[in-house]
Amino acid sequence: MQLQSSKGYTIISEWLSLKGRCPFSFQEDAWQHIINSESGLVNAPTGCGKTYSVFLGAVIDFINHHPGNYTTQKNNGLRLLWITPLRALAKDIGRAMEEVISELGMQWKIGIRNGDTDINERARQKRQMPEVLIITPESLHLLLAQKGYPDVFKTLKIIAVDEWHELLGSKRGVQVELAVSRIINCNNSNSTSIWGISATIGNLEEAKEVLLSPLKIQGAIIKAAMRKETEVESVIPDEIEKYPWAGHLGIKLVNKVIPIINNSRTTLIFINTRGMSEMWYQALLTAAPELSGAIALHHGSIDMELRTWVEDNLHTGKLKAVVCTASLDLGVDFRPVETVIQVGSPKGVARFLQRAGRSGHSPDEISKIYFLPTHSLELVEAAALKSAIKEQLIESRVPMLLCFDVLIQYCCTLAISEGFMPCDLFEEIKSTYCYADITREEFDKLLHHITEGGTALQQYDEYKKVEIIDGRYRILSRRMAMRHRLHIGTIVSDAMLKVKLFSGGYIGVIEEYFISRLEPGDVFTLAGRNLELVMIKDMTVLVKKSTAKKSNIPSWVGGRMPLSANLGKKLRESFNEAFQKGKAKREPELEVLQSLFDLQENLSHVPKANELLIEQIETKDGFHLFVYPFEGRLVHEAMAAILAFRISRIRPITFSFAMNDYGFELLSDQPVPVDDSNVYELFSPDNLFEDIQRSVNSTEMAKRKFRDIAVIGGLIFQGYPGEHKKARHLQSSASLLFKVFAEYEPGNLLLRQAYQEVFDQQMEEVRLRDMLQRIQQSKIVLTFPEQLTPFCFPIKVDSMREDLSSEKLEDRIRKMQAQLEK
Amino acid sequence: MQSYKLKEQQLVLHPGRVIFWEEQSALILSDLHFGKTGHFRKSGIAIPQNVYKEDLQRLISLVQLFKPKQLIIVGDLFHSESNKELDLFKKWRADLRFLQIQLIKGNHDILHDSWYQEADINVSNEKYIVNSFCFCHDLSAGDTNVAGTGIFYFSGHIHPGISIRGLGKQSLRFPCFYFTEQYAVLPAFSRFTGTHGIDPAKQDDVFAIVENTVLKVN
Repeated sequence: MQLQSSKGYTIISEWLSLKGRCPFSFQEDAWQHIINSESGLVNAPTGCGKTYSVFLGAVIDFINHHPGNYTTQKNNGLRLLWITPLRALAKDIGRAMEEVISELGMQWKIGIRNGDTDINERARQKRQMPEVLIITPESLHLLLAQKGYPDVFKTLKIIAVDEWHELLGSKRGVQVELAVSRIINCNNSNSTSIWGISATIGNLEEAKEVLLSPLKIQGAIIKAAMRKETEVESVIPDEIEKYPWAGHLGIKLVNKVIPIINNSRTTLIFINTRGMSEMWYQALLTAAPELSGAIALHHGSIDMELRTWVEDNLHTGKLKAVVCTASLDLGVDFRPVETVIQVGSPKGVARFLQRAGRSGHSPDEISKIYFLPTHSLELVEAAALKSAIKEQLIESRVPMLLCFDVLIQYCCTLAISEGFMPCDLFEEIKSTYCYADITREEFDKLLHHITEGGTALQQYDEYKKVEIIDGRYRILSRRMAMRHRLHIGTIVSDAMLKVKLFSGGYIGVIEEYFISRLEPGDVFTLAGRNLELVMIKDMTVLVKKSTAKKSNIPSWVGGRMPLSANLGKKLRESFNEAFQKGKAKREPELEVLQSLFDLQENLSHVPKANELLIEQIETKDGFHLFVYPFEGRLVHEAMAAILAFRISRIRPITFSFAMNDYGFELLSDQPVPVDDSNVYELFSPDNLFEDIQRSVNSTEMAKRKFRDIAVIGGLIFQGYPGEHKKARHLQSSASLLFKVFAEYEPGNLLLRQAYQEVFDQQMEEVRLRDMLQRIQQSKIVLTFPEQLTPFCFPIKVDSMREDLSSEKLEDRIRKMQAQLEK
Repeated sequence: MQSYKLKEQQLVLHPGRVIFWEEQSALILSDLHFGKTGHFRKSGIAIPQNVYKEDLQRLISLVQLFKPKQLIIVGDLFHSESNKELDLFKKWRADLRFLQIQLIKGNHDILHDSWYQEADINVSNEKYIVNSFCFCHDLSAGDTNVAGTGIFYFSGHIHPGISIRGLGKQSLRFPCFYFTEQYAVLPAFSRFTGTHGIDPAKQDDVFAIVENTVLKVN
C-alpha cells in the first residue's frame, strides 16, 4: 500500500499539521516500511522524532486496518511492544504516546512494565494487555517466566527496541535477542516485525543484522538526514604543569567553571566517577556559595527520589547546574540545558558526542560542550576529539557472542513458565546472532549443567534444578522458581547497603566494600552531605549529619572505561601535530602544551603517529620500562602481561605493572633486558594466542569476570530480600567458586566463558593484534632518560598493579621476604 | 612438612592442612565442612562434587600416613543439615572403626546429637582439654579467656590466610597455620572454603601452605 494514499497517513498528517508540524522524510520512510509489515533499523539523533517514526507507524497501520471504527475499537490486545533500556525513559515516552492517542480520539491503552510497576497494575495487564507495552529487557524476561505468556503475543504486530545502540554489545542486548527470538516463534503466523532505533554508531549495518537475525531477513536502514553541529572548547589552565597527574588538576579549574555556569541557562557537568562528582559538587559550592540551592548532584548511588527531583527541576529550568555521571548520559531531553562540561577524558568519540548532545536539542541548534582536563596531557585529547568529530569517526558496538550465563538463565526462565523442548529451543536460539555458532555439544553440556549439575557422585547426589518431564524441561519447585525470578537480569552490582539518617530519612546506597573499611565515628560524603557513621544494622548504614571539615570520599568500583581505538588513533595523530613547531594553525590546546612537549623531547622523545616510544628509567623503586601505545587501559593491561611473560623467557624476572590509557609500565628489581636487538620480537604478533594463555594474568582477569558470570548463571545466591540471614549456609564468593571450578571441573561452560570474555573484552584481543601489527610497521624508539618524563609521570602516580612471575612461587616468596627485611 | 615444638610436645604441620600431635598420636584438624557441596547442589547450585570427594580422600590418606589413634576436630565438621553426602562419610566412618573421633562443635555443626552417636563421634559442646592443650572452635566467641592460664588453645573458624607482599605492591594470599603465644588457629581443611586475612604480630609464627609445602613466613 502506498503510504500517502492510506487513511492512517491522512489522519496523522492532519493531526501533525494542527500542531504546526509536518512529518520528516525519514519518518514517512519508516511508516511506509511499517505498513508494508517490513522490519528494519531507524537511525536518528535524539530530539528528532525517532519515537514517532515507529510509534506513529503502528498507529497508521492500525487505522488502515480499521478505517471506519479506529476511534471505537477497544481491547485489541498487545500490538506494539516497546523495549527500552531505561526505566526513567518509560514514563516520558508513555506520556507522549498517551497524548497522541487521546488527541486522535482512539481507545488504545499505553502500559508500562518494569521493576516499579505495582502488583495491581500487573494483574490488570494480565487480564487485559494494553495495546502498547513499554518494558525493560529484564521485565520482558520476567514476562516470559509467566505461565501462558505465548497468549500475550498473539496479537503483536511490532517489537520496537529503543536505544538499541545502548543495549547492543551488552548482556542486556543478548537478553533482548533471546526474548525477540522467543516472541517471533511463539507466534506461528510470523506476522510480527522488528524495529530498532539507534543513534549513530560505527557498525549500524551489523546492529541491524543482530536485531533482525531471528527473522532471517535483510531489513532496511532508515537514516535521518539531520546532523547535529557540535562546538568543542577546552578550559585551558593558566599554568601548564610539566609533570601531570590524573585527578589533580581538574578541581583547581573550578573557578573557570563558575563563569560558564553563570553565562548559560542550565549546565550539565559530566564527571567520570561518582567519587569525583561528590568532590566537584563540594568544590563548586565552596567556590560559589551563591549557587547553593541552584546546583545539584546526580549519580547512580543517590536515592531514586532525589534523582527524580533533580530531573524534574532540570525540566523546569530551576537548576543552574547539575554535577552528574553517566547516570544522565541517556534519557529524556532537558530543554533548558544550554551547555555541557566534560571533566576528564570521555574515553570515546561516541560518548563525548552523546554528552554534547544533551545541550541544544532542536535539530537546528548547535550543541556546546566544554572539555576540562584533569591533567595537562589530556588537552591533547581535546584536539583529538575535535578532529574525530569532524571526520565522524564514531566507535562501533561489538555484539557479544555465546554468553552461556545468559543462556542458562534464559533456559531456567522458560523452564518456570511453559517449559521447553530442547530440540525446538536449540533451533530457536541458533537463529539469534549471539548463539548462531553454538554447537549441539555445547548446548547439551548446558542442559546437563541445569539438569544434572555437572560432575557428581551418583548415589550421593541430590542435585535439583531443572527436571525433564515427558521430554519437556521444567522447574517444578516453587521455591526454586521464586528464587530464579528474583535473579533475572544481567546487571550485577556490588553488595550495596542503604544509607539512612539515624533520625530517619533515606540518603542513598553505598558499596559494602567501602563502608567495611570505616569505623563508627568516621565521616564520609554521600549525595553531597557529610555523614558520620553511627552503626551498621540489617544491611543498613545508620548515619548522622556531620560538620567535620574532612571526610572520606567513597570510591566506587565502577567500570573504568578504556580509551576507544578511534580516539587512540586520533590521539597519536595529535601528538604528531603537537610537536611540529611553527606549523601555522595548531589547535590552541596543543599550543599551550609547548613547554611540556619541550621537556619531554629534551629528556626523551615525543612520538610521531608512526612511532612507538619506549622509555627505560632507573629510580630508587627499581628499573622501569614505560611503553606508550595509546590503546587504552585494557589493551595495555594485557600487553603488559604478555611483554612481561616474553621478557621473562629471556631471563627469570618478576614485574609489577601499572597502566593508564596512554601507556603502561613494567617495574622490576633488576635491569630489564630490552634493547634494539630484541624489541621488535618482543612486540611480535606471532604466538600471541599461546602467550596470552601462558601469562598468569589471564587467570586473575578471568576470576574478576567470573563474578558477573556466576551471578547471572545462577551460581551465586544473593538471598531473598529481607531474609538474607537464613541463606547463610548457601553463601560463597565468586573467587572461591572460580577456584573450585578451575580445579575440579575445568571444562565448565561458565568458566570457559570467563576466559573468553577476558579475551574478547578485557584484552580486546582483536585490538591487541591490530596494535602489534601496527607496531611491526612502525619505528620503535628506545630512550634512556635520566629522570621521570612528563609522559611517564601520570602512569607512575596512577599505579594499579598486577603481578606476574616466571620464578617459582616458593623462590618468589623467599625473595619477597628478603626484600622486606632489607 | 614442618616440625614445631610446643610446650615440650612435638607437632607436625602437614600441607594437607592438618597438625599431627606425636605424643598423643592425634590428628588435629578444623573446618571440614562436609556436606557443603551437597547442600549447595540441593538448592540448584552446581558445585562440582569432586571437591568433597577429594577432601574425604585426603583425610583417608592422612590417616593412612600418620596412623593416628584419634582425630581432634576443632569444629565445623559438617556444613549444614544432613544430606546424602553425609552417607558417604558414614560409610567411610564404618570402615575406620578403630579411629576415635573427638569433635568440638562449631557454629555449622547443627546435626542432632543422635546423628553423632550413630556415627560414633564424641562431641564436646565448647571445649576439650588434653593436658595443657585446650581445643575449641571459635576463640572470639563466649568467655574464653586465653591469657595467663598456662593453657594453650587450638581453634579454627576463621579460615586464616596470610598475605605476602613484596616490592611493587605484589600480593598473594595462602591458607596458613597461625601460632601466637597462647593459641593456634588452624587452616580450613576443606578446599571449598575461602580465607580470611590475618594480621600477625612480630613474635607470632605463621606457616603458609604453598602448593605442597609448608613454609614459615612470619
